[in-house]
Amino acid sequence: MSAIAQNNVADNRMWSGGVEPMKASYGKLMMWFFLISDTFTFSALLVSYGLVRYSFDSYGGDADNFVSSVAYWPIPEKVFDAVPFLHGMALPLVFVGIMTFILIFSSVTMVLAVEAGHRMDKPEVEKYMLWTILGGATFLGCQAWEWTHFINGTETGMVLKDIVNGDWIQKTVFGANLTQNQYGPAAFADFFFFITGFHGTHVLSGVILNILIFYRSATGYYEKRGHYEMVEKVGLYWHFVDLVWVFVFTFFYLV
Amino acid sequence: MSEVQTQNDGGAAHRKKIWQTFWILLFITALEFTAAAFMAKGMPRVVLYITMTIVKAFFIVGEFMHLKHEAKSLIWAILIPCVFVVWLLGALMFEGDSIFVSH
Repeated sequence: MSAIAQNNVADNRMWSGGVEPMKASYGKLMMWFFLISDTFTFSALLVSYGLVRYSFDSYGGDADNFVSSVAYWPIPEKVFDAVPFLHGMALPLVFVGIMTFILIFSSVTMVLAVEAGHRMDKPEVEKYMLWTILGGATFLGCQAWEWTHFINGTETGMVLKDIVNGDWIQKTVFGANLTQNQYGPAAFADFFFFITGFHGTHVLSGVILNILIFYRSATGYYEKRGHYEMVEKVGLYWHFVDLVWVFVFTFFYLV
Repeated sequence: MSEVQTQNDGGAAHRKKIWQTFWILLFITALEFTAAAFMAKGMPRVVLYITMTIVKAFFIVGEFMHLKHEAKSLIWAILIPCVFVVWLLGALMFEGDSIFVSH
């Protein structure tokens, strides 16, 4: 019982038993544990990507002469080299770079909103939450464009040899779906859809949570409650989404 | 520590730290692009990418998610489970290579 007497932290951080395990409030600790479980889900996707990636041959020749084939794994910078409004120009990874920047920047505005919440500065929390929502929505828009481009493919496509009714035929594949794509083995497009799609779903739910937080701070809900800890908890989630993108960016687009 | 600062200077030091972290993250990302454009494909580049990713993760988790300033027990409760993920990633990449060889 001496723990209660010694502890002089604010009431909202105390658990119902009157103690504060790991010096974190119940909600914050549970958010951390949720994020750990989410880490495992994303890791499962990235680990299986690693497994499948290395069970395929890699392209051995010079990167400049790269041609897509189902025989080996594609070079990501040869696949993701399109940028909106700059049709036909090969700009490897530029658009993904812009997306990365947008997400990191929205993480900064989120942490600034958390910081403003510590000072009980309502207008600042609202301002930075709006910037964060804008960043998240922009990222989702970019991802929609990226998916559209990936699904529709380029004008050149990929020439594929296939056996139909016992005869070898040659056909050109454009774009990507779950069974066939112009960039390489079917698994490559499958992983693209699953990994970026699962991450995009997280961004979408993050944006929804951010809108909720913005609404509640704008209507004075947290001011009445006396603290902005909810901003902090949603902030943890938002930074996690940013963190996952850092890993997806490295393991899917760069390596 | 940061809470003490918040009380003293209206959070100015904390905000400065946030922007500092942002510039570090931006710089590392720019460096990754330079490597993608000018470095030859191969093991050194992969090692560089992974190192930079871990540095970025350190700053995002440590500063933005504030884990660096949490209780030690919380820090370890988060970090130790991730060690198993790293092991699994390595193990299954070797496994994938074996599948490729046996084909």
